[in-house]
Amino acid sequence: MVIVLDKVNVIFKQKGRKMHAVKEASITVGKGEIFGIVGPSGAGKSTLVRVINLLQPPASGQVMVGGQDITRFKGAALRNVRLKIGMIFQHFNLISGATVYNNIAFALKANNYPKEKIRARVLELLKQVNLSDKAQVYPANLSGGQKQRVAIARALANDPEILLCDEATSALDLENTEEIIRILRRINRDNPITIVFITHEMDVARKLFDRIAVMAEGEIVEVGDTYQIFTEPQHPLTQSLVSRVLNIEVPEHLELKGQEEMLKITYTGERAYEPLISKVSKEFDVLVDILHGKIEYIQGKPLGILLIKLSGEAAEIARARDYISGQVFKIERISAAKEGGELNG
Amino acid sequence: MDSTWDILQLELPSAIWETLIMIGISLAASLVFGLLIGLILYLSSSPLFFPRRTLNAVMGVLVNVIRSVPFVILLVLLIPLTKLIVNTTIGPVAASVPLAFASVAFFARLVEGAFSEVDKGVLEAAIATGAGLGLILRKVLFVEAMPGLIRATTVTVISLIGYSAMAGLVGGGGIGDLAIQYGYYRYETGVMIATVLLLIVIVQGAQFVGDWCARVFTRK
Repeated sequence: MVIVLDKVNVIFKQKGRKMHAVKEASITVGKGEIFGIVGPSGAGKSTLVRVINLLQPPASGQVMVGGQDITRFKGAALRNVRLKIGMIFQHFNLISGATVYNNIAFALKANNYPKEKIRARVLELLKQVNLSDKAQVYPANLSGGQKQRVAIARALANDPEILLCDEATSALDLENTEEIIRILRRINRDNPITIVFITHEMDVARKLFDRIAVMAEGEIVEVGDTYQIFTEPQHPLTQSLVSRVLNIEVPEHLELKGQEEMLKITYTGERAYEPLISKVSKEFDVLVDILHGKIEYIQGKPLGILLIKLSGEAAEIARARDYISGQVFKIERISAAKEGGELNG
Repeated sequence: MDSTWDILQLELPSAIWETLIMIGISLAASLVFGLLIGLILYLSSSPLFFPRRTLNAVMGVLVNVIRSVPFVILLVLLIPLTKLIVNTTIGPVAASVPLAFASVAFFARLVEGAFSEVDKGVLEAAIATGAGLGLILRKVLFVEAMPGLIRATTVTVISLIGYSAMAGLVGGGGIGDLAIQYGYYRYETGVMIATVLLLIVIVQGAQFVGDWCARVFTRK
């Protein structure tokens, strides 16, 4: 189902003080898309995602789900919409006094699922998240990753067309985060469910999202294809978020002499594999030192970053630089950082 | 002068029975009305459900008024009402009326507290599934609040045992009254010690059973 948020505003009134949590936010999420919203904590990401199922009613603006304006929905109509929107949370939010089985059965009961079919459906869902042996266990006896998988099974119980994920991996360790990402990808592949995923973890963003919206102080400052966001971040906040994944440190105590120049090269796509460096040192009268380098994969596509030092005649360096510019995605001249600090963007 | 043993043999069985009647009736009233009032207090104050400021305030004041009146005074104040309801003002059943009032108000606050302790995120997740209110109350709110509700019941029962001793003032009888009548007014120290010991055992027992039940329902 397509989700359209149009000029959504959310205002909290607390003790006479107004807090404008979401400002004029507009997004369109396509059917079957994995759409991510990233940004620092307090940016209003969670508030925005909760607007989609009206856990947080907006002060103004429009919420369209599957072509239907649900902004003013209440009671049974709202509950019917929510049956089609699953949601998982950072802290899992399972019923602690109910077994794994009953936690999942709850969602089915909410949908008046035929009683005699509940058992089979719960077991099928447990199988999907690989927890068939945990049906009669209480959540307290599960690991974080297992709890989130139960929460996913609960969220998928009624075959929703939308899955909202509110910092769903933020309380998990790396291994469990990977597992949840794998499961979500599989779910998205098997039946085209629309996923909206909130996170501050850019590592999750690059592995999972098709498109990304960046939020800061209640506003959406940038929206784009994931690869594009990582390779060509426009907004300063996006640049700083991205740089944390692609960060490259200038070696400490590095001082450039007169005949030297430091370059940061970003290369994308197929060109990532080209033996650029050996070509440069062969064809130009310069010495090429590789100071630092790495390749990150974003949606399976390589993005390489290389920090190199060229030494030689100024004119030759310039020629080499021109040649490199023609070959790579982006080239930046970097000055030696005083304290060997981090380089951004 | 009768021996301590004679007095106990004569008076204790009926005293225990009277205490049981008083606690039974008031506890039943608490579990029905106190739970209901506590639930309404919670639902009307929680932003997740039906925030109704006025209803919440009015109910809160009513509960507080009952809780502010010292029980001995409530006992006397409610005599006309007791007469109206049970057509007598003497005996354990009559004493149960003011006891029930006090314990309903007391229990209602504890119930409200137990519900407030329930993790908001869990309730929110339940709301997000599209479940109706009835299902959320039965399968989430009550399940999650159960250990708290059991502890609230334990505290209420123990308070009732204490309050029921004062019911002697309106001829309610009971174990506490036996202690006052014989142990205090007639200097029967033996009766006093025996009844107090018995009360200690009962209170400990109630606490033990309550804690055990709460533990069974705590799945954390």
